[in-house]
This record gives sequence, C-alpha cells and structure tokens, in this order.
Amino acid sequence: MILLGELSLWVALLMAAWTATVSFAGGAMRRTDLVASGERALYATTFFIVLASAGLLTALVTHDFSLTYVASHTSRNLPLAYTITSFWGGQAGSMLFWALVLSAYSAMCVWGNRRSNRELMPYVTGTLGVVLLFFLATTAFGANPYERLGWTPPDGRGMNPQLQNPGMAIHPPNLYLGYVATALPFAFAVAALVTRRLDAGWLAAVRRWTLVSWFFLTVGITLGMWWAYVELGWGGYWAWDPVENSSLLPWLTTTAFLHSIMIQEKRGMLRKWNVVLVISSFLLSILGTFITRSGVIESVHAFAQSPVGSWFLGFLVVATLASGYLVATRLKDLEGQAELESMVSREAAFLYNNLVLVGIAFSVLWGTLFPILSEAVKGEKITVGAPFFNAVNIPLGLLLLALTGIGPLIAWRRASAENLKRQFAVPAFAGVAVGALLFAAGMRDGYALVAYTLGGFVLGTIVQEFYKGTKARHRMHGESVPVALYRLVIRNRRRYGGYIVHFGIVVIFAAFAGFAFRKEMDITLRPGASYTTVDPYGHTWTFTNQGVSEFESLNRFVTGVTLALTRDGESMGILTSEKRQYVDSRKMPTFEPVTEVGILESAKQDVYLVLVGVTGEQTAELSIRFNPLVWWVWYGGMIMAVGGLIVLWPQAERRRPQRGYAAVLEPAAATAGTAS
Amino acid sequence: MKPRTKFAIGGLLVLSTATYLMASSISETAVYYLTPNELTAKVAKDPTFYGTGVKVGGRVVRGTIEREPGGRMVRFVVTDSAGRSRIPVVYRGIAPDTFTDEVDVVVEGRLGRDGTFQATTLLAKCASRYENAPQQPGAEHPAGVPRSTAAVPASPEVHASS
Repeated sequence: MILLGELSLWVALLMAAWTATVSFAGGAMRRTDLVASGERALYATTFFIVLASAGLLTALVTHDFSLTYVASHTSRNLPLAYTITSFWGGQAGSMLFWALVLSAYSAMCVWGNRRSNRELMPYVTGTLGVVLLFFLATTAFGANPYERLGWTPPDGRGMNPQLQNPGMAIHPPNLYLGYVATALPFAFAVAALVTRRLDAGWLAAVRRWTLVSWFFLTVGITLGMWWAYVELGWGGYWAWDPVENSSLLPWLTTTAFLHSIMIQEKRGMLRKWNVVLVISSFLLSILGTFITRSGVIESVHAFAQSPVGSWFLGFLVVATLASGYLVATRLKDLEGQAELESMVSREAAFLYNNLVLVGIAFSVLWGTLFPILSEAVKGEKITVGAPFFNAVNIPLGLLLLALTGIGPLIAWRRASAENLKRQFAVPAFAGVAVGALLFAAGMRDGYALVAYTLGGFVLGTIVQEFYKGTKARHRMHGESVPVALYRLVIRNRRRYGGYIVHFGIVVIFAAFAGFAFRKEMDITLRPGASYTTVDPYGHTWTFTNQGVSEFESLNRFVTGVTLALTRDGESMGILTSEKRQYVDSRKMPTFEPVTEVGILESAKQDVYLVLVGVTGEQTAELSIRFNPLVWWVWYGGMIMAVGGLIVLWPQAERRRPQRGYAAVLEPAAATAGTAS
Repeated sequence: MKPRTKFAIGGLLVLSTATYLMASSISETAVYYLTPNELTAKVAKDPTFYGTGVKVGGRVVRGTIEREPGGRMVRFVVTDSAGRSRIPVVYRGIAPDTFTDEVDVVVEGRLGRDGTFQATTLLAKCASRYENAPQQPGAEHPAGVPRSTAAVPASPEVHASS
C-alpha cells in the first residue's frame, strides 16, 4: 500500500501535466476529443492523489518509521486520532493534503459543469491542472512525505504536545480547504479572460466557490484563535503574527468579492474590480502559504525552513505575471455597463465596504511584509507590531461595522429621503440607546463606546429586516410567525443568511471591544494562602491555593496547581493549571514541557489561570487574567459559519414561482448560485 | 458634481486617513530587527544606539540559561548562527514553553551601557519543533530523546552545533 501510494504520487504528477496540456490545447484548437481527454485526466489525477494519500495514512497508522515523515511526527503511544491528523501536521504531509483537497474540488467542479460553461471549461480544467501540477511537483521534489529515513528507529519522535488538541487537529485542514477553494474562482477568471467571455455566465460558479472558500476560512480562523487562546497560554487570541495575518488576507478579499459581486449582478458595474479581487484572493492564498512555509518573516509559528518556500515564490511570480497580463490585455472587455447614480445608494455603500476591506487587507499586507520591504529599500530589517495593526485597523474596522448596517438598508440606485427615514429610524435609535446606556453604566473607553453603539445599530437593522419580512409573510400567506420566519430564511437564503453572518460580525466586534477591559496580574501563592482582587465588572474574587500535585498520566508527567475560587463570597468551584512533560513509550521526555491553562468560562468573562512555576514547598507562581466576553468570539465565528452555510446550501425549490411575494422581497433566491 | 466624482472624493478621504494612520503608527511602533552581530557592530559605530528599542534574533547559547526560582526572570546569552557575537540577556517575565537551550529566540528590548540586553518580550521557536526527525545513535540531543541501537551512519538532520 505504501509503495503503491508512492508510485501513485508520480503517476498523479504525470496525469496533472497531461490534464494541463491537452485541456489548453483542446480549448485553443476547439477539439472536443482533447477537452474530454483533459477532463478524464483530471479525474485520474484525483484518483491517484487519493491513492497516494491512502498510502501515507497507511504508513502513519501502521507506524512505518522507515519513512522520515512518519518517524518525525508520530510515535507508538500517540492516540490514533492524532496519528491520523498528523497527515496534515507536517510540511510534506500538508502539501499532499493540499493537492488532495484541490483535486477533489477540481473533480467536483468539472463534474458539476459537465453540461454547463462548455466554452470556459477547457481553460478552467487546464488552469486547475497547472495548479495541481505545481502542488504535486512541490510535493514530489521539494517535500516528499515518502522520503526514506535510511534506517528504521524503534519509535518515532511523537507529535508536538501543543498540536495535541482537537482545535489544532481541525484548524489547519479548514484553512487549507479555504485557501485551496480560491483556486477555482481563479481558474474561472483565467478561463473567462482567455476566452473573453466576460458576461455574467462565469459568475455563478465563481460566487459559489468563493463562498466555499470564505466559509472554511471563517471556520479555520476562528478555530485558530481558539487554539491560540486555550493552548498557548499568553491570554490572547490574535497577535498579528505573520501566519495569522496571511490567513486573514484572503478572508478579507473574498468578503469584499461576495459583496461587490452583487453590484455586478444587479447593475453590471465593477467588472474589472471583481476579476482583480478573484485573482488577488488566490494570489494571497499562495502568498500566505509562502510566508508560512518559507520562514522569510519571523513568526512564532516555526515551520522548518525548506526549499518549498522558493517553489512557492516562483509560482507566485509566474501566476501574478500571467494573470496581470491577461487582465491588462482584456481591459476593454471589462468595461462597466452602468454608472454610479447617487452617493446615497446601496451601490455606494458597497463600494465603500469594498474600499475599507481592501484597505484593511492592504495595511495588514504592508505590516506583514514591512521587514522584507525595509530590508530591500534601506538594507535594514525593521518590524512593526500589534500597535501598528491596531492603530490602522480599529478605525477601519469600526467604519466597516457601520457600513454593515447601512448597506442593506439603502435602496439600489438612488435612495429617497423617505426611504432613509423609514429604514434608519429604529436601528439608529437602538444604537444610540445602547451607547447611552453603557455610558451611563460608566464605560469611558472611546473605541469601545463607538463599537457598541454601532453594534446596537447593526443589530437593529438585522432585527428590523427579519421582523418586516416575517410580518409580510404572516399577512400575505396567513402563516404562523415561526413558519413565516423559517420560510423567509429558507426561501431567501442568500439575503437572510447574509444577515446572520452580519449578526456574527456584530457579536465578534462586541467581543473584541470587551477585550479592551481585560485585567491581568502576577501572583505568588503559598499553599493555603489567598489572593483577593476585583474583576472588570466590579465583583470581588478570592483565589486560594489548594496545593500542588504531581502525577503521571497516559503519555505525560504532570505538575498541577488547584485554586479554589469565590466571587463576592460565593464559591465558584475550582480551577487548575498544569505543566506537562510529554514522554515516549519508554518514559523518556519528548519536547519541552508545556503549560495547560485553566479557564473558568462564562458569557461575561473568562478567568484565565496559568501556572508559571513551582518554588520551594508547593508555592505556586501564577498569572491570572480576567478576559471579558472572549466566549463571544467563538460564538460569533460559529454564527458567521452558520450564516455562510445557509447561503451556501443548495436551493431545492429555486424554480418555484413565489406568487405575489417576489415583489415584496427581492427574489435574490432566483440568482443564488446553482452551478458549481 | 457627478456621483462618481463624489464617491472618488469620499474614497480618497478614506484611503488618505488609512495611509496617514499607517504612516504615523509605523514611525511610532517600528523597531530594528538585528542579529547579535549587527547590534554589536551598530553600538560600536554609534554609541547613542545603546538604549534604543530593538528586536534581536539569535540562538540561545547552550548551558547559559539561569532561571530565577519561580520562573519570573531568566538570564541567558544569545549568539549568531556563526557564533561570533555573544550578548547576555536579562528577561523579566514568563519565558514561553518553547524556551530552552539552543532554540532560536527573538528578544525585544534595549542594550544597556553595561553590554547586557534588557528584554521586555521573549519569543522562542525551535526549528526541530514541528519538524522533528529522529536522531541516530551517537547524535546528541538536548532533550534526551530515544536512541536506536541499530548501527547506522550519522544523520544530516543533527544541528550543526550539537
């Protein structure tokens, strides 16, 4: 099986090369036999990549330590689940995993379009073939998971304990699923540019795949934040680390695209802009991988430096030049069909939304690449840190939040004063009320007050939209309120799913703003001693050291401290934090010791406990934090993901006419993507 | 005025605000990123460089780590990959889990007149952390990892310094 997998990798490489060659040739010469051969070759590529992946999984599960990859990432006492996830835990395996995902997507895409977009498909298939060829070549020549160690150790080195976390097991594949999905819109954009078929035809498929990418990036980024928070022990969830930034970049551009595409669908505007966004999302995904894998930028995410970085850089340059050339030579075909009619219109709000999203993306890119840029220009490496990103992105983020509320309320083309008054009265009141209440309650942080005021406003717009829609159905169809609400969402998934995403955004912004009120302290506690402090809400907490214990567990030695907590004199239970030394099957230590933080979660705030060290007779050195509203970051992310799923879910009843109702609610459902 | 022009003015306003924010905060938060060698050379040329906030990326010299009981302060020496300059570092704070002998670290702080680097942040990473091939017999590894009894030639995976 392992040998078969290794061979399959090489066969897949040849198949991908064949796919690319005959698809482009078939497209150019209009030979349907070649086109068909290209598509079959793509399916074959997928098949062999699946075999290659199965081979690696077999090697991992059967502990074949003669492979460097298996010996480096697993050990005999590693739980089976983590043995399987180590497939994408290391460099070589993650490259193969990437190719696997891309080939699966590609096969789905080609199959889904076997009767549609026929003029485009040869070039779509060809482009996907080229991207697959790149990933397979990088896997085979740059980071081959089938590389032999040259000897067979009795046991492997095991998995980094910090990666032994359910969040870390599923966070990377989600990001990959998101990154890789940007390749399909890119392939469609290339095909449309090459054939100059830049009408609306290619957009449905592009929108759908962009949504797929957006969905997985959202889930992946949220999981990454959660992992950093519960596992790394520094008390935060976002550090503006280059690797984090590089996952945010394609998220920002795909979000921008999902909004601007609506303008193109409704009004035929922004055609150049949309093509550029699609291409940028893909290039940023590749750039992100390059940053992650090459080690050119200092990051706490330490991946081994390897030749894979230069492979990515080369591919990035070629892809940028090729797509730049295609866009530049097709500018004429991309002329817009309409002009902006009024500043007070949904188009204008969406344009600003795009401007802000791309502005954020640009500043994040700038800050991330600054060390490289400064070295190139001045010969000195200069880095920027979190203060830079916060200074730029907090104001821009708040502007974006405001637009989240404004956009859906303004009419297309030109909004009347009457429209504005009717739509904005209630939400604006809601926002001001929230702001005033918090101010009265004693909140004085400027940014936080603005964030909560805007959050109240956006929440007001969302509730108002659901209320109006439900009421209309209730009146017109005589449906009960829950049924009306359900059908409202189900029949207009794109619109109401979008509102649910917006709701998730509000929740996340509220959580970000709450984090500004965090409080942290370093304390030393002898056994039995207590420490009393006040949390950001004004409650009095007491922490009592119940003692330090040392014990042995499955694959680790543990030193743990237990604290008893009371709030305003009332017991809140106990909280423990541990130092763990992982060991192999012969009780020899592997890796450095890791810290397991203790978190007392609640909707209001987390109490976050880190055991720093133990001195003398069970005296614990501790770091304690009150982190307000952190919970809501995870829930906000989940809400966004659910909203994304609702939009993404295939519309079963899309052809059914909605009698009389379509006039009340825009029949957005009719245009919701069907091709994929 | 055409709506298009109005939008362009609004857009420019947004972009110039963003650019202003970026430019102003870069000059406030940017710090040099140097190797121990470069830092030594810099202060030799320009003594005012003592006390300037910088980031230094280097490797922890094996055996130089002294931890204060309780783990709130740690002293160590960083050096270049070439091992030419050695700078003693004092870090007040909690060292990350990854911090140990021979890891690559990034410290942020100032070099004092006495030649000791006072660090306010400490990031540590280990090149062998995520990619971690087994060592062969005879090859030393700081963490005391398992060794095979099989007789095999030396591995190229071993750190140059170990």
